[in-house]
Amino acid sequence: MRLFVSEGAPGSLPVLAAARRAQGRAELLISTVGPEECVVPFLTQPKVPVLQLDNGNYLFSTSAICRYFFLLSGWEQDDLTNQWLEWEATELQPALSAALYYLVVQGKKGEDVLGPVRRALTHIDHSLSRRSCPFLAGETESLADIVLWGALYPLLQDPAYLPEELGALHSWFQTVSSQEPCQRAAETVLKQQGVLALRPYLQKQPQPSSLQGRAVSNEPEEEELATLSEEEIAMAVTAWEKGLGNLPPLRPPQNPVLPVAGERNVLITSALPYVNNVPHLGNIIGCVLSADVFARYSRLRQWNTLYLCGTDEYGTATETKAMEEGLTPQEICDKYHAIHADIYRWFNISFDIFGRTTTPQQTKITQDIFQRLFSRGFVLQDTVEQLRCEQCARFLADRFVEGVCPFCGYEEARGDQCDKCGKLINATELKKPQCKVCRSCPVVKSSQHLFLDLPKLEKRLEEWLENTLPGSDWTPNARFIIRSWLRDGLKPRCITRDLKWGTPVPLEGFEDKVFYVWFDATIGYLSITANYTDQWERWWKNPEQVSLYQFMAKDNVPFHGLVFPCSALGAEDNYTLVSHLIATEYLNYEDGKFSKSRGVGVFGDMAQDTGIPADIWRFYLLYIRPEGQDSAFSWTDMLLKNNSELLNNLGNFINRAGMFVSKFFGGYVPEMVLTSDDQRLLAHVTLELQHYHQLLEKVRIRDALRSILTISRHGNQYIQVNEPWKRIKGSEADRQRAGTVTGLAVNIAALLSVMLQPYMPTVSATIQAQLQLPPPACGILLTNFLCTLPAGHLIGTVSPLFQKLENDQIESLRQRFGGGQLEESLELKVITSPPRRYTKLEVGGRVMVAGDTLLLFPRQKCPPSQQLERL
Amino acid sequence: VKGTNTALRASARKLLVILEVVVSFECEGRSETPRSSVVNGKQQIPVLQTNNGPSLTGLTTIAAHLVKQANKEYLLGSTAEEKAIVQQWLEYRVTRVDGHSSKDDIRALLKDLNSYLEDKVYLTGYNFTLADILLYYGLHRFIVDLTVQEKEKYLNVSRWFCHIQHYPGIRQHLSSVVFIKNRLYTNSH
Repeated sequence: MRLFVSEGAPGSLPVLAAARRAQGRAELLISTVGPEECVVPFLTQPKVPVLQLDNGNYLFSTSAICRYFFLLSGWEQDDLTNQWLEWEATELQPALSAALYYLVVQGKKGEDVLGPVRRALTHIDHSLSRRSCPFLAGETESLADIVLWGALYPLLQDPAYLPEELGALHSWFQTVSSQEPCQRAAETVLKQQGVLALRPYLQKQPQPSSLQGRAVSNEPEEEELATLSEEEIAMAVTAWEKGLGNLPPLRPPQNPVLPVAGERNVLITSALPYVNNVPHLGNIIGCVLSADVFARYSRLRQWNTLYLCGTDEYGTATETKAMEEGLTPQEICDKYHAIHADIYRWFNISFDIFGRTTTPQQTKITQDIFQRLFSRGFVLQDTVEQLRCEQCARFLADRFVEGVCPFCGYEEARGDQCDKCGKLINATELKKPQCKVCRSCPVVKSSQHLFLDLPKLEKRLEEWLENTLPGSDWTPNARFIIRSWLRDGLKPRCITRDLKWGTPVPLEGFEDKVFYVWFDATIGYLSITANYTDQWERWWKNPEQVSLYQFMAKDNVPFHGLVFPCSALGAEDNYTLVSHLIATEYLNYEDGKFSKSRGVGVFGDMAQDTGIPADIWRFYLLYIRPEGQDSAFSWTDMLLKNNSELLNNLGNFINRAGMFVSKFFGGYVPEMVLTSDDQRLLAHVTLELQHYHQLLEKVRIRDALRSILTISRHGNQYIQVNEPWKRIKGSEADRQRAGTVTGLAVNIAALLSVMLQPYMPTVSATIQAQLQLPPPACGILLTNFLCTLPAGHLIGTVSPLFQKLENDQIESLRQRFGGGQLEESLELKVITSPPRRYTKLEVGGRVMVAGDTLLLFPRQKCPPSQQLERL
Repeated sequence: VKGTNTALRASARKLLVILEVVVSFECEGRSETPRSSVVNGKQQIPVLQTNNGPSLTGLTTIAAHLVKQANKEYLLGSTAEEKAIVQQWLEYRVTRVDGHSSKDDIRALLKDLNSYLEDKVYLTGYNFTLADILLYYGLHRFIVDLTVQEKEKYLNVSRWFCHIQHYPGIRQHLSSVVFIKNRLYTNSH
């Protein structure tokens, strides 16, 4: 084996001392390398000492090298040694490296150096004297002694840094230092120069992280605040002092909301949920709830905001569902539209409009866009071979056909996919096909269909993307999906279907066909707006003045980022196109196992029955929002987050702040005389508030929620350190201090209530009622922290905001949702839009229709995992 | 964290007990956000109070103790080399992974680990040890937050992590992290 050391590297001390233990057990070569030489191939940062083992592996930890030498000598590991070594690595080293840095690199002396390590030294001293053993782990010198001695030697060899009062440490250190291996190691490393021998090495090392972040002995808060400049503090104080006077007047509510020239006009859509299902948690977080947070935030910023959504009602899936339930498609739509609307109302989604796609406006606008595309030559006609049931007198959608799988011979393969072998099937290839409705055998017939000529529109699309994407807030997954579609080249897409339940195709020869949903579903946003106001074109044909934010799960990206823009660009009617496409990843349920069957999961209407308030659901779903990566809903985690973040952190802080005002000051906000510490806190809160704004402007909803929790954490710490409940009983000065702390804390609570509004609107309103926050302060959020509850303000009655979730309660919910939905499976799956069903659309190409939203995948026959790859 | 030797000995599934102790501490002590692991300016450190001995302090110390109690010493390594390597990675866990862990720190750490694991199934090479378990627990909160692209970038870490999380009884109630088997971002590296 080979040991690599470096001149002046302090780690050499214990390693060389311990090496004597292994003498005669193995051959040891020692090489000296430069301090910046990377010896270990897998480590980016240089590290010495390093021991290269005979099998090629490396030990790069000083303690591990020493341990290895001891193990070679036949020593056995014990708990006490492990404990010392763990303490050395986690507590002593950070303190020591700070002390050595001050001493050797910065040339400081005395308490500056001793300060960081005093606690650690005392700890060793106490342990030694309590156990009354001469050595750390017992009666004889052992590994722990060598490792700690080696770490401490550079500092303690200077008697100035070995405090007299620590007698036990003193005698231990003398004893170990006098051992021959230690003496030799010390001579080799320090070369009689004392601690300065370490200088060439330490100078080349990065500053110890214990100096950059929190120092071991200091409060984290102080360290973070230390990075604020005087200027930032002064600005925060000025803004604070202006208080309510800083607030602009509230924007008066308008009906209808229309774009205003010269203002920021924000149009927000959430993907239209497919009507034939009750939405589940995944739908809710993926689209409506995410969009709702942004819409509420946008209104708090006083931006002119319109938030719309609605149910997507046309298509095969509705017809199927209608057949299942023995209703007409219209009845199904009416029934489920009401269910959707109820659920979103319960979740407190602040739609300006919640419409539907089965309206005359939808027909009018869709047909208009089609006519424009048709007359400009962007529509092709082609023949498609399809199965037709003569008895039912209609072409069969894939899900209406069953037969024998051509691959595995399974008898009940569906027209789109075999449940047994999982392969995707072309319905015309099914053996012994049967119409699912009448069980007769369908025949292959050709049928005329219309295709949108996407290749012809590709260039326009690319130009538009080039102008739109840079500097926009399109999520990375959306960019990636669109890029990969373009890279593969666009193909003509069929836009008609042999169905009755849809928008009629206004063309001779196509009277018994309708538009396929993926062509007209995104037009739903326009028609829903048109049902809201006859001036809808001011939103939708106004790209100069309107910023369009569209929220969806990632599977919906192709429709919004590609198909609709192509239709709109081809129609040449100055449509407003998406400026910011916000796509989430998937939300899984519990341990993430797929349940491929029909719409299984936790559904919106069941959330109501859990007894857990809507705001708690909102909070947890937003806390785990699949932002940038998939995430999972977990009952246990929900309990933890509720009890730790909401109850113990946020709720605790806001409640205490309010209670102090009530209990100690008769409900009147006390006078605040800010000390420099308070001013720093102001600046710190301001900084976090600005961070919150930066994140939400970029629609980083989940991350911005963390800022709220951080502020309340600081608030708790502030109260904890200043102890107003003690000071209130003290001298006049103490009482004044208690007043200031209470006043500042309750103002932070007021700020939090506004920041929380997009996430937990009901809780926010409750806090604001408890604090009697003036209305303009409730409805506007500036980038500065203002004193909105000035001295003398009378607050209302304060009461706790959150309830603890108990293990039993959560466990019974888990079981209920495990068993209730689907008997055979305890592991339910919620996914924003699972690719469950595949419907053949055109020869070779595939459109998948999920239970809730449309999925469109490029033509390719491959299992879902590989399709993911295509995205 | 409290446990008794009798309870530990009585348990037929001792490893599970160890894991539960360790995981429950980790979940209570740090509710995912790194900051909350700091209470009153101090990182929370577990203490094990045993009936017939002094208390033990420190995550890896307690874990090693419980492993021995459960007669699963092989989890600490069998040769001198392996034992030292296990301890080295345990130390890495409590110093580097549980350190201040800024995004950059984590990226650097994952990069190193990725390169280390290139030719290894487990941290010691071929044997599953306590180092794999504790590093898995420690990294979970970061791996959960990786994007699909990052998971691919740290392919060896992902492979190792996915392997460990599927090890019977290891994952406990931590969420299962989804890894996609096919590469999506083949151009990015």
